[in-house]
Amino acid sequence: MKKALALVLLVFLFAVQVMNSYGIQRFPKPEFESGYVQPETLMPDPRAEVLAIMDIAVLLVSLSVVSWLVLKKRSRNGVFWMSLFSLAYFGFYREGCVCAIGSIQNVTLALFDTSYIIPLSALIFFVTPLVYTLFFGRTFCAGVCPFGAMQDLVAFRPQKLGSKLNAVLGVIPYLYLGLAVLYAATGTDFIICRYDPFVGIWRLNASFGMFVFAGILLILGIFIARPYCRFLCPYGVLLNWSSRFSRRHLTITPSDCIQCRLCENSCPYDAIDIPVTVKNPEDKRTMARKLIFIIILIPVLIFAGGWTGSRLYESLAGVNAKVQLAKQIVSPPKDSNQPETFEIQAFKSSGKQQSLAFAEASAMLGKFYLGGWLLGGFMGLVFGGLIAGLMITKHHTDYIPNKGTCFSCARCIDYCPVKMP
Amino acid sequence: MQNRRDFLNLLCRGTLLTGLAAASGVLVYRSVKGGQCKLGTSCNNCQKSDSCNLPEADLFRQTVWQLDPKKCIQCGRCAENCVMTPSAVKATHVYAMCGYCDLCGGYLKPDTKTISTAAENQLCPTSAIKRKFVEDPFYQYTIDEALCIGCAKCVKGCSAFGNGSLQLQVRHDRCKNCNQCSIARNCPSEAFSRVPANKPYLLQGIESKDENRG
Repeated sequence: MKKALALVLLVFLFAVQVMNSYGIQRFPKPEFESGYVQPETLMPDPRAEVLAIMDIAVLLVSLSVVSWLVLKKRSRNGVFWMSLFSLAYFGFYREGCVCAIGSIQNVTLALFDTSYIIPLSALIFFVTPLVYTLFFGRTFCAGVCPFGAMQDLVAFRPQKLGSKLNAVLGVIPYLYLGLAVLYAATGTDFIICRYDPFVGIWRLNASFGMFVFAGILLILGIFIARPYCRFLCPYGVLLNWSSRFSRRHLTITPSDCIQCRLCENSCPYDAIDIPVTVKNPEDKRTMARKLIFIIILIPVLIFAGGWTGSRLYESLAGVNAKVQLAKQIVSPPKDSNQPETFEIQAFKSSGKQQSLAFAEASAMLGKFYLGGWLLGGFMGLVFGGLIAGLMITKHHTDYIPNKGTCFSCARCIDYCPVKMP
Repeated sequence: MQNRRDFLNLLCRGTLLTGLAAASGVLVYRSVKGGQCKLGTSCNNCQKSDSCNLPEADLFRQTVWQLDPKKCIQCGRCAENCVMTPSAVKATHVYAMCGYCDLCGGYLKPDTKTISTAAENQLCPTSAIKRKFVEDPFYQYTIDEALCIGCAKCVKGCSAFGNGSLQLQVRHDRCKNCNQCSIARNCPSEAFSRVPANKPYLLQGIESKDENRG
């Protein structure tokens, strides 16, 4: 009888242990006689929330100062020192978080997932640079973004890439933006933060791969100025389009261009448009033919892109945790000696129904199917725009900064012999 | 010609500004108002919803990453997946739950023959747990956070054989509060969540530090 009781007790204890290993006091709390004082469990506080307001203030002030330096003071020196300050503050002090580039994902997730509350600072870091750009051009890139400042420092021997190569490589940021939005909207991942190149340098702590990526970008950046900003940055896409409609923008010359060509090679980013003096290089018929071609081409490309994207949705969804879990449930490892994966273990101990996991995964796949169509269509539109842009020549007589790609770094200002009256 | 272009520019600028204002308006409105609890995911799904009168339910505030020790299966991935080396997740000792055992399941390897502080007997790969004699038969175990890598071996041992006083927690003096926690992405049991920054810790057997702070 006693044996049986002991056995039952043992089984019970074992069951309790398996079911919930926490909250059971197997051993009573000791009663100390030596006057021992139990130490307190230390719980260090996170960064004070007030400091987030400081970040916002620094952002607003530095945006205003840089815009003033670019448009009113026309001072490259000032922009340079401001960019150093931003590198120190947003880069090395704040270690790259919070940042405008990553905030795209917070905004996207908040728009698609109502249970996610966006931190005020992330929202402001997303909106204010865009608003400033709509009024003053990309002054954010010039002296506030720590990514730009970092790469600006190493741009010693910038080479010209030519307008065609620039335009083709310039498509990559659109793809990066599209993927980032897709993965943020589905709550899968924040890929912009995950593949952030410089955050490891600012923290002085990162994986080997991250340091290699940063090193490659910085070495490349000696010859191709600001490679991340021009050919990767997804926020740059939004700034580019905002800047095209900006109210004011950096001008190379304070009054009239005298066509001296001194500024021609001053821009490390190939962002100065050289004059196109011939008004209509082609006759009306070829122009009309080109226009019709573009009008037909763009919808075709959008559809083709969307179709391609929709074929790829399963591979796109492959990294989603819910989809991965369902896959692992469906096809367990063939080798029975192999231990269960942690995912399966956790799933079993959570007591969730298999059907629920499958339902979640198929809903996710549905989202990715739609997302694949949208992403593909978007890329089709971007390619269409690229081809149209390469076919159309715009007539202008002076050396002017390209409002889309100009970072407002103000280097060209120093090269212009025309000074303020 | 110039005027038409200016007008189109103005139109596009106005559209973009309106769009931005609308989007931020929606997000701010959602954060401040709305029928259901905005912290549905952050408050560990307390289900109180409307009746929740915490001030943080009304504001949108900074969030930090939190590890729920109840959900944790001690897989050891916290040690490998943090962007920081060593990981910002560490074993945390809740002294209030500790049995001060001589034969500590979190300190000693299960098959150990002698109870001693010899490194080969220790479960911890970095000897981050310090054992100190208090009085017969009690020993105090302290975690040296600089050495702890968050591998959860001691947590597993303590929860299997002891009181479960060793628990993994995100240490917020070390955590960089990444936008998307790299450990959370790899956590098999979804033990990580974003929580309001004024309640950063969740430990079994201890009330949240800020309950009394108000």
